[in-house]
Amino acid sequence: MSPDRTSARPLPAFSRMLRLTRPSREDAIAFVILAGLGVVFFRAGQGALAPLSALQLEPVRLDPAWLPYYALRTVLRMFAALFASTVFTLVVATLAARSRHAGQLIVPALDILQSVPILGFLTFTVTFFMGLFPGSVLGVEAASIFVIFTSQAWNMAFSFYQSLRSIPSDLEEAAMVYRLSPIRRFLRLDLPFGTPALVWNAMMSMSGGWFFVVASEAMTVGQTTVTLPGIGSYLASAIAHQDFGAVAEAVGAMALVIVAYDQLFFRPIVAWADRFRFEMTASTERPQSWVFDVLRRTRLLPVVLSPLGAIGRLLLAFEPRRSRRRVVGTTAPNPLIERAWQALVLLSVAAALVLTGHAVMRYLVWHDVLTALLLGGLTMIRVIVLIALASLIWVPIGVWIGLRPAWAERLQPVAQFLAAFPANVLFPFVVIGIVHWHLSPDLWLSPLMILGTQWYILFNVIAGASAIPTDLREAADMFGVRGWQWWRQVAIPGIFPYYITGALTASGGSWNASIVAEVASWGDHKLVAHGLGSYIAEATTAGDYARVALGIGVMCLFVLGFNRLLWRPLYAYGERRMRLT
Amino acid sequence: MTAVPKPLLVEVKGLRHFYSGQDHLVLDDVNLELAQGEIVGLLGRSGSGKSTLLRSIAGLIRPSEGIARLVPGPEVPDPSVAMVFQTFALFPWLTVLENVELGLEAQKVPAADRRARSLAAIDLIGLDGFENAYPKELSGGMRQRVGLARALVVNPSLLLMDEPFSALDVLTAETLRTDLLDLWSEGRVPIKSILIVTHNIEEAVLMCDRILVFSTNPGRVVGEIRVDLPQPRDRLDPAFRALVDDIYARMTARTEITAPMRDGLFPGTGIAMVLPRVSTNSLAGLIEEVDGTPFDGRASMSELADSLQLEADELFPMAETLQLLRFAELRGAQLVLTPAARRYAQGDVDQRKALFAQALGQHVPLVQHIRRVLDERASHEAPARRFRDELEDYMSEDYADETLRTVTLWGRYAEIFAYDEEADRFSLEDAH
Repeated sequence: MSPDRTSARPLPAFSRMLRLTRPSREDAIAFVILAGLGVVFFRAGQGALAPLSALQLEPVRLDPAWLPYYALRTVLRMFAALFASTVFTLVVATLAARSRHAGQLIVPALDILQSVPILGFLTFTVTFFMGLFPGSVLGVEAASIFVIFTSQAWNMAFSFYQSLRSIPSDLEEAAMVYRLSPIRRFLRLDLPFGTPALVWNAMMSMSGGWFFVVASEAMTVGQTTVTLPGIGSYLASAIAHQDFGAVAEAVGAMALVIVAYDQLFFRPIVAWADRFRFEMTASTERPQSWVFDVLRRTRLLPVVLSPLGAIGRLLLAFEPRRSRRRVVGTTAPNPLIERAWQALVLLSVAAALVLTGHAVMRYLVWHDVLTALLLGGLTMIRVIVLIALASLIWVPIGVWIGLRPAWAERLQPVAQFLAAFPANVLFPFVVIGIVHWHLSPDLWLSPLMILGTQWYILFNVIAGASAIPTDLREAADMFGVRGWQWWRQVAIPGIFPYYITGALTASGGSWNASIVAEVASWGDHKLVAHGLGSYIAEATTAGDYARVALGIGVMCLFVLGFNRLLWRPLYAYGERRMRLT
Repeated sequence: MTAVPKPLLVEVKGLRHFYSGQDHLVLDDVNLELAQGEIVGLLGRSGSGKSTLLRSIAGLIRPSEGIARLVPGPEVPDPSVAMVFQTFALFPWLTVLENVELGLEAQKVPAADRRARSLAAIDLIGLDGFENAYPKELSGGMRQRVGLARALVVNPSLLLMDEPFSALDVLTAETLRTDLLDLWSEGRVPIKSILIVTHNIEEAVLMCDRILVFSTNPGRVVGEIRVDLPQPRDRLDPAFRALVDDIYARMTARTEITAPMRDGLFPGTGIAMVLPRVSTNSLAGLIEEVDGTPFDGRASMSELADSLQLEADELFPMAETLQLLRFAELRGAQLVLTPAARRYAQGDVDQRKALFAQALGQHVPLVQHIRRVLDERASHEAPARRFRDELEDYMSEDYADETLRTVTLWGRYAEIFAYDEEADRFSLEDAH
C-alpha cells in the first residue's frame, strides 16, 4: 500500500520481476487464478450494464446450470459495495480524525447510522437510484449495492477512525518533526496503522453483507418489483414456486461462495495485513493463508499490487513542492469560530428535524406513532427473550469449547462461517413447518430473527473463554472451585466483556433481521407476525413512504436506547471490573 | 584560547505554557540560550515541563506565551532540528533503511542520494547488515540506534533528545551514550548542538556541558550547573561524585528557596497540597533501608539511588513524602530519619499503622478533612466525588485525581477511613 515500499528495497520488486528466470509452478497457478477472475468479472459486468428491459425478458431461471453465473453476479455486488465502503472509510474517517469540526459531525452520525435498520432504506434507495439511471439495470444494481454498502460502511469507518485516534503520540510527533506532508503522513502512518483493524472489520462486515445482498436482490417497492439475477433472487423464485430442490441448491451455492470468498480473498489479505500490526515484539502465531503463500512465491504479486502503489504515487504528485519550514502543532481554537460553528450545526439539526417531522406528520396522525411504538415494544420483547434464550444455550457451550483449545481452534472458524451465512436463506424451511403444523406465526416466526445473529454470541464467548488465563483456571482447580461458584467467579467474569460484545452485535442484528423475519412466505402462504419489523416490511411493499420513515425512526430509537441504556453501561462495567489481563 | 562567545543556536524567552483548556501552568517564565558546540541537559522530575520545553523548541507545540526559536547565523543560515524519542517512535511496518530514509523522503531528496546518505548514517551508527530488518527484529538498543541514525541523516543543526536512554537497560544505555559522545567529540556528526531531556542525574553529568535544573509544578529553571570535567568522564571520579551530590542538594534545596514558609514540600498548602503517588510499601522500604546498615539513619540521596536502583525521579517523591510526614528530613543531599521513623522501622504491623496514622493526622490536612466530614455525617459516609470536586478548585483534574488516590491509599493503610471503589465512597465502616 505504501507507494515507495517496493522501490525502497535494495532490490526493487519490479526488476526482480523482470529478471529472466523461468516462471515457477506457483506463477502458473496464480496466473490461471487471476486470468479466470478477470474473465469472470468481465462477463458479470456485462449483465450489470444491460438495459432494464432485459430483466423482464430474462427472469431468473430455476436451473442449477445458471447458479454459478447468479452467484457471480451476487459476489460482484459484494465486491462493488466493499470497494465503495473502503473508499468511503478512507476519506470520511480520515477527515473525521484530522479535522476537529468534521469529527464533531461525522462521529455521532456514524454512531447513529450504525443503528439504522438497513432494510428499511430500500424504499428510498430503489426509487432514488432508478431515477438516477433511468431504464438501465445499473440503477437497480446500484440500489442493491447501496444496501450492502450501508451494512458495511459505517462500522468500517468507525473502526478506522478509532484506529487513527489511537496512533501513538510519539509516531505522530516523529511524522511532524520529520515534516511528512499530510498525504505522505497518510500513506506512511495512518493507512498502515489502521490496516489490520480495517481488514478485520471489513471481513466481519462482509459476513453481515450476505444477509442484505440476499434480501435486496428481489425487491418489491410499491408498484415496482425488481428481480436482479443473483443467488438471492434465485432463492426468492424457488420460494415462490415452492421448489424445495432449488432452495437446497441455492443454500449449497451460498455455502460454497462464502468458503471460496474467505479462502481466496480474505485469508490472503489478513495474512498480508499482519505486517502492519503495531507491535514491537515478533508474535509467534501469524495468520496463515495458502493462497497468500502461493502468491508470495510468484513474481506476479508485485504486478497485482502495483496499481495500489501507482495510486499512492499519484496522490504524492499532489503534494506541495516544499513542506512548511517550521511545523507548529496544536493551535488554540478561535472561540468566535467555535461558537459560530456550533450554532450552525445546531441550526441545521433543528431545521432537519422540523422539515422531516413536518413532511412525515402531513401523512400521519399521532395514532400512527403510538401504533409504531407499541409494535416496537412487541419486537423488543422478542429480541430480549431471544437473546436471553440464545445466551442460555450458547454461553455454556461456548465456555466448554473455549476451555478446550483443540476444539476452539476447529470450531471458531465454523462459528464465524455460521455468522456469515445469510440466515434468510433458511427461512423457507421454518415457514413450511409453521404452515404444516398450523402454528402461531406471532410466536414461531420469532426465532428467525436470531437465527443468523446468535453465532456472534457463540464465537465471542469462545474467544473470551480461551482468553481466561491458565493460571487462574489452575488456581480455581487447585482450590476446588466448581459448580455455581466456578461460573460466578471464574467463567462469567472471564467472558463478560466478550459476551457483551457478542450480545450487542446479536441484538442489533436481530432488530434489523426482524424486517425480513416477521414477514415470511412459502409459495402463496404468507405469514405475518405482529411487530415493528413487519410494520416496516408491509409499508415498504405498499410504497407508503411516511410509514416506512416512521418505522425506521422508531426502530432507531429502540436500538439506540438499547445500546445507550443497556449495552454500553454493561460494557463499561465489564471493562472496569472484569478485564482479566 | 580566546573566549569568543560561540554564536547562538536556540533562544527561548519568557516562555510560559498552560495545558490547553485548563489553567494548569506547566512551564513558567523559562529563558534559555543554547550556543553552538554545547550539549545542554534539561534535568527535572516528571511533570516539570522539560519535555514540553523540548517540544516547543522542536515546533511540535506552540507555547501559550513567549518565544522559542532557532537563531539563524552566518554558519547556519537555515537551522533545523531532529528528534530522538524515548520510545524510539519507529514505524514498525518500515525496514531500518526505510525508517532512516523517512525524513529525506519528506524533503524530496532524490532516491539515489537518499539511499547513499541513509546507508552512510546506518554505517556510522553501527547498524551495518540490519538495513532490511524490521524494528521488531531488533533489540531496544539497536532500535534507538535506528532512531539516532534517522535523526542524524537529515543533517540537523540541533539534535533534541527526549530521555533517549531511559527505556534501555543500564548496560545498553551506557554503550549508546559512549558511542554518541565519541561521534560528537570526534566531529563525525554534522550537528551543532545537542539538547537532552533527562531525569537521570548521572547521565546529565556524564554527557552535558551545562545542566539546567527544573522545578516541578510549575516548571521553572531553578539552577544552572556548568560541568567542566574533561571527557570521557569517570563516574567514580570524586569530582564527578561531588557534582552529582551537589545536584541532588540543589534539587532538594530549591523548595526551601521557593517556599520557605510552607508546611510541605509539595505545591499548594492545606488540603490543596498536590500529593505524588507513593505507596506505603515503598515508604516502608525506604525507611527500612535508611534505618539499616550501612546508613544507620542517615544516607546521601545519590547512594540511596544506587543501592535501591532508583532514578532520582522516583526517589525524590518518596523522600519528600517522608519529610512531609516528619519521618525524615532532607539536609542538603542527605536524608536523615527522625526518631518516629526509627520507631516505625522497629515496630510490628500494628505499631507501624498507628505511627503512620498519627503522622497522617498531624501533617496531611486532606486526611484530616476527609475524616472530619465522615465523623460529622450521621451515615459516616461520603462520596469521593465530593472531595475530588473540592480539590479541582485548587488543581488540575489529573492532579486532583492522583492526590485523592494517594490519600485513599494512605488512609486505608492507616485505617483512618474505608473506601469502596465500586461505589466511589469513603466511609468509617471497618476502619477500626
